[in-house]
Amino acid sequence: MFSRAYKTAVTLPPLLWVTVFLLVPYLLMFCYSFWSVSASQTILHSWNLDNYVQLLRVDVYWQTLLRSMWIAARVTVFSLLLGYPLAYFLSFYAGKKKDLLYQLVIIPLWVSYLVRAYAWKTILGSGGVLNTLLQYVHLTKHPLEFLLYSPFAVVLTLTHIYTPFAFLPIYAALEHIPRNLVEASHDLGATPGQTFWKVIFPLSIPGVLAGATFAFVLSLGDFLAPLLLGGPSGIMISNIVVSLFGAAYNWPLGAAISLCMLLLVVSLLVFSERLEKRWSFS
Amino acid sequence: MELLVSDVKLVSGSRWLLLHAVAVFAFLYLPIVVLILYSFNGEGVGGFPPHHLTLDWYRTLFADGPIWDSVLNSLQVALAAMVISLTFGVPAALALERAQFPGKALFRRLVLLPLILPGIITGLSLLMLFNVMGTKLSLVTIVLGHGTALISVATTEVFAGLQKLDRAQEEASLDLGANYWQTFWRVTVPNLKLPIIGAALLIFTLSMDEIAVSFFLIGRDNTLPLEIWGRLRRGITPEINAVSTIIFAFSLVAIVFWYRLRMRGESTAEAGAEFVEAVEGGAA
Repeated sequence: MFSRAYKTAVTLPPLLWVTVFLLVPYLLMFCYSFWSVSASQTILHSWNLDNYVQLLRVDVYWQTLLRSMWIAARVTVFSLLLGYPLAYFLSFYAGKKKDLLYQLVIIPLWVSYLVRAYAWKTILGSGGVLNTLLQYVHLTKHPLEFLLYSPFAVVLTLTHIYTPFAFLPIYAALEHIPRNLVEASHDLGATPGQTFWKVIFPLSIPGVLAGATFAFVLSLGDFLAPLLLGGPSGIMISNIVVSLFGAAYNWPLGAAISLCMLLLVVSLLVFSERLEKRWSFS
Repeated sequence: MELLVSDVKLVSGSRWLLLHAVAVFAFLYLPIVVLILYSFNGEGVGGFPPHHLTLDWYRTLFADGPIWDSVLNSLQVALAAMVISLTFGVPAALALERAQFPGKALFRRLVLLPLILPGIITGLSLLMLFNVMGTKLSLVTIVLGHGTALISVATTEVFAGLQKLDRAQEEASLDLGANYWQTFWRVTVPNLKLPIIGAALLIFTLSMDEIAVSFFLIGRDNTLPLEIWGRLRRGITPEINAVSTIIFAFSLVAIVFWYRLRMRGESTAEAGAEFVEAVEGGAA
């Protein structure tokens, strides 16, 4: 029904735009990662693997990458632990209030990321809301210093930010479960626990995978929460990249680290997509 | 579900679920409540209990030139980014649904990637592009960054709308002698009004809040989030709470608007039908 001209007209402009502003930049990042910086701080377009060798050799790079993955993994687990039961409650027990509660989960997503991270800073600081509250009720005498400028603060804030992201696909998956399956399981004598673990949970796995991927990938690449709340022990891999592109001025090395992140993210996406397909029942 | 709710064990189980849900909502809303509360606190951003409730921080805010300049910048950036994302995102959705071409799978991945990719990668790769092209960083580079990254939002929203769309109307329009251009504007777009408005709203809000991509593409002029970021690094006053509270209020208005739109979602197919009738009438 659609002519060739129509198809070309809708395909060509976005294809060109995406090529120039997404594909070419990624390829440039790839090129940069094989270049180097001279002593006089100009970028040398000579191809070599030095940046990647350095990534493996210098402890701080791969250790920070591992630490970032560890932080992201904790954020993912906590987001799922908070998001899954909430989604289950909304989908199966909230009745008429379902839509309202759903909106209530979405609303924090519309509040600026930066603003929410900042709010946690005002809560966790040594003169912050939590510490002064604890002293006010005489639970502590001195401010608890570990609350802010620590990996704890980063994990807490990122969990706060990504819990709705984990919630959404899980909720969507739960909503798609045919309710007569649940009733059938009940009628056939399964206990509520059995119904949950043998019927509901397996059917919700694609949602869990999607939510987990969102939370892990987005928190892995975060650099603002660590800068704002992390302190020296909460530094993540993106902070190193930021400094390599800024004061440390080594774009090629920064590009090499970014490219590793990009590859890690893309392979995770492909992997979780495969798993999702395997677990989806339709 | 009536059956299950009457089950004693499940009811006791659901009580735990209810408690858990209350706790999660408390966790999600605690920072927002604290933020708003302390925007009225005369004694600064921390300190319990809040002292000397005052509107002073709002007065300071309204007299603060740089903040309002950055708000204006952000509004311009968001509007321009919205135009770019829709201009390329809507055809991209049509292409993905209706055309076959080599590299389609790659194209789909590329368009959607910025949605899930950490902002730092999008920001840095564009920084390298502008550096190689010799483009000076400014609000324009931020617009290009936001516009490109948010094409994904327009495409996903419109693609979902397209799948529910009945092609018969477009077919009728074409059969009755309208060309593709007329059909696009008078049948396809009116039928996709809701996803398009929804996407526009979402793109606008996301662009207003965006910081990770802007962080690398910023020139001399700040967007609002970057202005706030700069101040956070220098030390914090409840003025930041005040501006955040105002942003939150505007976001709430946007959500209500969006929600209303969604609720009305059923009755949109009519606009296109009217046009088909009009063409038919003209032909007769």
